[in-house]
Amino acid sequence: MSAANRSIFVNVGERTNVTGSAKFRKLIAEGDYNAALSVARQQVEAGAQIIDVNMDEGLLDSQAAMVKFLNLIAAEPDIARAPIMIDSSKWSIIEAGLKCVQGKAIVNSISLKAGEAEFLQQAKACLRYGAAVVVMAFDEQGQADTAARKVEICARAYKLLTEKVNFPPEDIIFDPNIFAVATGIEEHNNYALDFIEATKEIKRQLPYARVSGGVSNVSFSFRGNEPVRRAIHGVFLYHAIAAGMDMGIVNAGDLPVYDDIPVELRDAVEDVVLNRRPDATERLVDLAPKYKGDKAEARVVDLKWRDQPVAERLAHALVHGVTDWIVEDTETARLAADRPLHVIEGPLMDGMNRVGDLFGAGKMFLPQVVKSARVMKQAVAHLLPFMEAEKAGQVRQANGRIIMATVKGDVHDIGKNIVGVVLQCNNYEVIDLGVMVPADRIIDAAIEHQADAVGLSGLITPSLDEMVFVASEMQRRGLNVPLLIGGATTSKTHTAVKIEPAYQAGSTTYVLDASRAVGVVSHLLSPDTRDEAASATRADYVRIREQFARGREARPRASLADARRNAFTVDWTGYQPPTPAFLGLRSFEAYDLAELAAHIDWSPFFQSWDLVGRYPAILDDDVVGEAARALWADARPLLDRIVAENRFTARGVIGFWPANAVGDDIVVYGDETRSASVATFHTLRQQMDKSSANTALSDFVAPVGVARDYIGGFAVTAGHGETEFARGFRDAGDDYSAIIVSALADRLAEAFAERLHARVRQEFWGYAPVEALSLDDMLAEKYVGIRPAPGYPAQPDHTEKATLFRLLDATARTGISLTESFAMFPAAAVSGLYFSHPKAHYFGVGKIDRDQVADYAARKGWDLSEVERWLAPILAY
Amino acid sequence: MTRSDRIKALKVAATQRILVLDGAWGVMIQRESLSEADFRGSAFAGHNLPLKGNNDILCLTRPDVVTGLHDAYFAAGADISETNTFSATTIGQADYGLESAVYELNLAAARLGREAADRWTARDPSKPRFIAGSIGPTNRTLSISPDVNDPGARAVTFDEVYQAYREQARALHEGGVDMFLIETVFDTLNAKAAIKAVLDLEDDGLEPLPIWISGTITDRSGRTLSGQTAEAFWNAIKHARPFAVGFNCALGAELMRPHVAELSRIADTLVSAYPNAGLPNAFGGYDETPCETACFIDEWAQSGLVNIVGGCCGVTPDHIAHIARAVQGVPPRIPPVRPRALRLSGLEPFELA
Repeated sequence: MSAANRSIFVNVGERTNVTGSAKFRKLIAEGDYNAALSVARQQVEAGAQIIDVNMDEGLLDSQAAMVKFLNLIAAEPDIARAPIMIDSSKWSIIEAGLKCVQGKAIVNSISLKAGEAEFLQQAKACLRYGAAVVVMAFDEQGQADTAARKVEICARAYKLLTEKVNFPPEDIIFDPNIFAVATGIEEHNNYALDFIEATKEIKRQLPYARVSGGVSNVSFSFRGNEPVRRAIHGVFLYHAIAAGMDMGIVNAGDLPVYDDIPVELRDAVEDVVLNRRPDATERLVDLAPKYKGDKAEARVVDLKWRDQPVAERLAHALVHGVTDWIVEDTETARLAADRPLHVIEGPLMDGMNRVGDLFGAGKMFLPQVVKSARVMKQAVAHLLPFMEAEKAGQVRQANGRIIMATVKGDVHDIGKNIVGVVLQCNNYEVIDLGVMVPADRIIDAAIEHQADAVGLSGLITPSLDEMVFVASEMQRRGLNVPLLIGGATTSKTHTAVKIEPAYQAGSTTYVLDASRAVGVVSHLLSPDTRDEAASATRADYVRIREQFARGREARPRASLADARRNAFTVDWTGYQPPTPAFLGLRSFEAYDLAELAAHIDWSPFFQSWDLVGRYPAILDDDVVGEAARALWADARPLLDRIVAENRFTARGVIGFWPANAVGDDIVVYGDETRSASVATFHTLRQQMDKSSANTALSDFVAPVGVARDYIGGFAVTAGHGETEFARGFRDAGDDYSAIIVSALADRLAEAFAERLHARVRQEFWGYAPVEALSLDDMLAEKYVGIRPAPGYPAQPDHTEKATLFRLLDATARTGISLTESFAMFPAAAVSGLYFSHPKAHYFGVGKIDRDQVADYAARKGWDLSEVERWLAPILAY
Repeated sequence: MTRSDRIKALKVAATQRILVLDGAWGVMIQRESLSEADFRGSAFAGHNLPLKGNNDILCLTRPDVVTGLHDAYFAAGADISETNTFSATTIGQADYGLESAVYELNLAAARLGREAADRWTARDPSKPRFIAGSIGPTNRTLSISPDVNDPGARAVTFDEVYQAYREQARALHEGGVDMFLIETVFDTLNAKAAIKAVLDLEDDGLEPLPIWISGTITDRSGRTLSGQTAEAFWNAIKHARPFAVGFNCALGAELMRPHVAELSRIADTLVSAYPNAGLPNAFGGYDETPCETACFIDEWAQSGLVNIVGGCCGVTPDHIAHIARAVQGVPPRIPPVRPRALRLSGLEPFELA
């Protein structure tokens, strides 16, 4: 049998068949569906491409078992990825099964046994449910045994199906009956050959139809002697596949290879299968005991890769992120190499290239790549002293040198760090300038290091402007290397409209996420593709600018006066705003990290690694699940350590004050006399031209004189200690763990904000004392009141944070400081206002017009140009 | 024109140009700021449950609003408008206690659409207009358990979903729709129940109508909510021999593109796509402008990916007007001829070539 033939043969898993597997039957009869599911999973893992499910057993409620098992399979992505073969001799069970599978299944089987009418009716139902069919070579006269009868029945069924009900011929699979041979009954001796010859004819006469069969039947008479049964299967399949058999119900984990069968046994089996001599059965029966052998060998932990040559071992360690032997293997490679540098340029780079290829092909994911980098770093760290001793002095040739920085005023660097590691994995030299880096330092570094590209990152909106500034400075100082833009608030549109025009001397490219970074950089730096990549991007951005310009004309704005007339209305009559349990401030020093850890929303954690999906479902996702599980397995112990060793200090402050709305402002009073204001929060109003309300945050607070209302504020951080803890890992060459630590600090800060908000509702403001919400409901914001943050859609002005911080005395009480762009430092921090009204909701201010900007500037007492600078991202003009 | 003439005209038009479907209904109805009384009308004035938000019932209680929206979309250049029946099944209406009104509701919806389409066709016979009977996913799913502790449980049975669809489809057929649009398919098993319900109408002696199936890729994972890839989805529903297949909802045009391109490559029938106006902002609204949406769709058309385009959530008549202009004169995609092969699927496709 040629390899090509074998490779297209479809294995249908047979172990989830109660008639074929005593073990499975027992599990179903005992109701142990979990173990039954493992059987299905093992089959898929062992290579079954289709899973046969059969519950035909007299003592079972077969229909209920079929429905239950198929519904359970639907919840297991690693099983459900394969199509199902719904196997029953009862049509009612088949139909019940068809009602449970969303994919396209195979019905096994229908036949002419009860005549044409029933056959066609069932075929038509299969068409309307959407299933392929197995047609048994069975008619009104009985089951076909000879080749001629098999072919005759199949040809008749084919004609009926294709002509009477327009069944697609490619969806017809014939099962021409595999019967047991070597039974001692002479008439049975030709059964295998009958099947093989019928297969040949069916494939010749009936275009597009397929042939399948239950393979284990053929060896039935050798029950108890698995090695001989396997040999019979191997030989039978060898000939049947050559004759055109397309698929078979087989034990996918236990398929023998024809050439591996001992010649003596193979010849004896072949005599039986092909009915080559009258005494074939006796001869095989005589030979069989010799091959009975032991049961299958025990499974061993797969450390075979340790036996391979050192280069392979290094590649394996890199691809699988295994550090256990890396120093030892690197040393072995070094001793074998002329120079230590050759180990890097040779096996290590080969391994990293393999990682790069797998990543590019979507077979590895970010966390795995970052783990590979950790292995690489340890290997290089081992080699460095030898390289220095050698005084080679010469550094290895990188693909290019890239300066990376989070721009001035911004402190967020998780995404930037991931990009940096990924680029390093792909043999780029990365010079990371860190966070809050001013333009001149970025440009000085680019010149000093003769950088091949500059990458800018930022998370908060003011960073957008700073990036435009960096771009214009690069232009002014005569740089022409590619500029890369990334980070949460950046966008292709902003890059095209604002940044790219400022830097015409070089190319500017927006990088959507870390996984794109390598592709973009390699295109921009390779001499072959450089010009093409730059000009394609340039053309794309010209188009986006035009489109943006058109879009602006198309979007009408309401005047501020009209928007105010259409404000969000709250009926204050008869409404008594709730009074907080205290007025003034309350600090939280060293909040219990274990409590916060329990309230973490994990989905964004995976997102920060470009693994998209909801936690916990993401752990079982069949694309990223493996990567997600590995990341989870690495992150959990780190979180436990952070909690157990108190690595971070969670500090926060909340405050409540009497407050009332005055127009679009919220005036905050020092005490209940409400005679003196201590601060004013300025809010922005939506100016979309729309029929629903034009909302501003001030709409959620009772106007002066209407009712005694209040407002709250908070600032929390979990980031104290993060830098120190992360640095320990980074210094040891473990960027992977360092990035996890930063991401965990972010999550804990979010959980802190969420947790305090819950306590505010239940306890400190106390307007919702009874609130039985699950974590999911909580994350879905199914509670009363909101906690919007300055700088986010409901109030896009980051500068309002200054007022909030002053009222909260936040820097003194929590150690959070504000940068010149109003980013919070430490970065793992959250702040915002509390609103209690039941109708308070999140919204986006959207773009605002000139009239509101002038009004807002007057209210804040600022110059118009100053306000325009801070609100640049939301100006409609 | 008889219905079979219209169906013929539809098929001819699809070979000549890219057809345009309408946009969102929900957001447009919201803009009408209707009150509880509007939703109730006189027919349900004394109904025991609140009806505000039950957009489909407006077909009976505020037909003027529904006709107004068909007109707005036809005026914007749509070739096809959908009946206002996305949730008009006994399952969808159960929340409002209006299961008994479902037949009447679909019948009225189809007739309103029919009247509007015929009026626009009469005005310009060179551009015939069509009505697609909207068949939504229902708010129950057949492949996913409602109970995390019991993954084998189901909130609804196939037979219940099938019966609900069969009643809806029958009424839409009687009311005069030109095709069925099984849309926003997030669980393919629900869609398969709908397909069977529609195909089984033939047993009642009803004229078969074109079937159009539109799935929903819910996020960047590139899969439906029930976990299928685009190709697995296509393999699972192609027995309907659909007039068109495509994707709608959940994603904006930018993120939907790769999935549409995939379908375009594998589906030997017309391909449709009607995305949302971008991704929802933090507050559930949609910010993509008509120009932006049209620009993406223009690129799809230029790249030969699509035969029918339109819009879903957040897409207004203004968007549709821009989209219609963008695809005007661009030749439609030519469906590929694929070699016959046994094609199956679980969550992933399987092909035996």
